[in-house]
Amino acid sequence: MEALNNIEALNQALDQMMEKDEKIVIYGEDAGFEGGVFRATKGLQAKYGKDRCFDSPLTEAGIIGSGIGMAINGMKPVLEIQFQGFLFPGLNQLLVHGARYRNRSRGRFTVPMVVRMPYGGGIRALEHHSESIEAMLAHTPGLKVVIPSNPYDTKGLMISAIKDPDPVVFLEPKRIYRAFKQEVPMEIYEVPIGKARILKEGNDITVVGWGAMIPEIQLAVKDLEEEGISVEIIDLRTISPIDKEAIENSVKKTGRFLVVHEAVKSFGVGAELISIVNEKAFLHLECPPTRLTGYDVTIPLAKGEGHFMINPEKIKSKVKELINY
Amino acid sequence: MIFENHNPLEGKVFQILDKTGKIVNEEYYKDIDRDLLLKMYRCMVLSRIQDEWALKFQRQGRMLTFAPTLGQEGLQVASMAACRDDDWLVPAFRSNAAWLYKGLPMKNIFLYWCGNEMGSKIPDHINMLPIVVPIGSQFNHATGIGMSFRYTKEDKVVVTYIGDGGTSEGEFYEGINFAGVVNAPVIFIIQNNQFAISTGVESQTKAKTLAQKGIAAGIPSIKVDGNDIFAMYFATKEAVENARSGNGPSLIEAVTYRQGPHTTADDPTIYRSEEKHLDGMSKDPIIRTKNFLIERGILTEKDEKTIREECKKTVFEEFEKAEQENITPLEDIFKYTYEEMTENLKEQYEEAKKWGGN
Ligand SMILES: Cc1ncc(C[n+]2csc(CCOP(=O)(O)OP(=O)(O)O)c2C)c(N)n1
Repeated sequence: MEALNNIEALNQALDQMMEKDEKIVIYGEDAGFEGGVFRATKGLQAKYGKDRCFDSPLTEAGIIGSGIGMAINGMKPVLEIQFQGFLFPGLNQLLVHGARYRNRSRGRFTVPMVVRMPYGGGIRALEHHSESIEAMLAHTPGLKVVIPSNPYDTKGLMISAIKDPDPVVFLEPKRIYRAFKQEVPMEIYEVPIGKARILKEGNDITVVGWGAMIPEIQLAVKDLEEEGISVEIIDLRTISPIDKEAIENSVKKTGRFLVVHEAVKSFGVGAELISIVNEKAFLHLECPPTRLTGYDVTIPLAKGEGHFMINPEKIKSKVKELINY
Repeated sequence: MIFENHNPLEGKVFQILDKTGKIVNEEYYKDIDRDLLLKMYRCMVLSRIQDEWALKFQRQGRMLTFAPTLGQEGLQVASMAACRDDDWLVPAFRSNAAWLYKGLPMKNIFLYWCGNEMGSKIPDHINMLPIVVPIGSQFNHATGIGMSFRYTKEDKVVVTYIGDGGTSEGEFYEGINFAGVVNAPVIFIIQNNQFAISTGVESQTKAKTLAQKGIAAGIPSIKVDGNDIFAMYFATKEAVENARSGNGPSLIEAVTYRQGPHTTADDPTIYRSEEKHLDGMSKDPIIRTKNFLIERGILTEKDEKTIREECKKTVFEEFEKAEQENITPLEDIFKYTYEEMTENLKEQYEEAKKWGGN
């Protein structure tokens, strides 16, 4: 065991998997020599050479499109998109081709690549650096969408993503890249894709979140528990495929459901989860299943970001509203 | 003629003023009106001093991440000077000197880099789009604005910038190709400052020059010493005249050097050799222009000192204004989503007020 933060855990996963599997090739803008702007791939070029870890030209379509070609011919590309906000020029490749080759070729060609990217707000960043677009990606059949919230999961989920036979988008909550450390096993281990984690058991309400929302939820729940409210926290970990069972079982026990996400409200993952609750546990509900989310606006720049972000106060207030419904 | 005589495929780089400030290409040198020269010079110095202080303000925690234009002032000022005031500018994010030349209040620039959208509100009389962060997309916007003149019957041109890294994006090619097809009056300027964050230009392309990429699109293309305001001014002027008379777009690769970090979040010493840095610094556009102006008696050391003092004063005044105006009322994050707030947004706005928005 070793105490690592999220970025170190990610780096370790990539390093250990590259060592084990020669088919893994890592590239992206500034991902080679410098190890990426957040240093997730730091040291990999020095260790494995320029063929296996390199700076690509500045072209998201090129990165993802070539990754598709690599993967089709048996390689295992692990691609870095510098910020999720710059995925868009590559989105055509990802949605239109990456997600579809398996289906289109009736299983002959597959695209087992991983596309990593930092996402999310709260770091006083420039325009296009703070959005959370997991819903947009999860809406596309053929892609898997994973979001870790802690170092243990980051390493284990990345290893699973690399081993996965389908394209996996690995969204990294950059706000918590270096926020805290956690004991992480030294060896290679997997955290399964598609399985949520019950982070804390409770009886009065289920609160679901992912990524950088998890620490906010934990802070809120600490206070709520002191007030005698027993909260079950679920870290979703994988947006698609979604772990319906974990949600169903929890809501059947607690009778109340709150989903917290920093992405904008409408047409999002919150709505999806609430549908699942309605379908699976309707008769167990004591109050309407509810979402606490960002507003339906362009994410404000730093000076207005505070208006937008979810914080423990908002979570506490919403939970109490539902408890007292 | 400049474009015709400087085919980038033949490895030619257009230069008039060398790095010491001497005219080396008399054939193309023409006098530029003294006031215009001084205007260009002053604007370069203003942008330089603004960047230098912004770096300090950033370290004091009074500004957020920003991208300095340090070292690239010459190409921007000269290309703007070659246009009319009512021509359009479609900038990239590293375009400080061009914004200033175009008349954007410095306060706006500070506001933007301090995390306030109000900085992007360009005054109505300036034909310019706001700072753009996603790389490449601006090339198609420039083409579209250029295309629109055919319908609005305006005889304007559009100038747009991109970095050397940006020339690897699909939209770079799409933009220049489309503009060529429709003969849009657009001057595409590549600011080749040698780096895209840590990635050197040699990792962006196998092409010998970036300028030659324009040749594939069938548009006049040239590689210019971007730190030479004369070469940049006369090349842009030719491109502008060409565009204005209906002959379509041109592409200029302006060779320059990014003297500072990519942004304040970047440490260039990791990837930049000392040798490359010293070489880049020795080609500074401001120093060589100053040498020229002093040698020709257009500027004295005393004037120079006065200019610097005036510029510093402006920088402080504008930054103070920005600091004072740097608030984002809650309503502002809702009210620019649509012309009218939808019912959904009104509801969310009411909810948001509960959390103490001003
Ligand atoms: C589409 C897109 N991809 C990635 C980025 C992240 N990014 C910001 S600046 C930059 C490097 C740009 O280099 P270059 O085009 O040479 O311009 P310079 O910064 O040197 O002026 C990158 C990769 C972005 N802003 N947009």
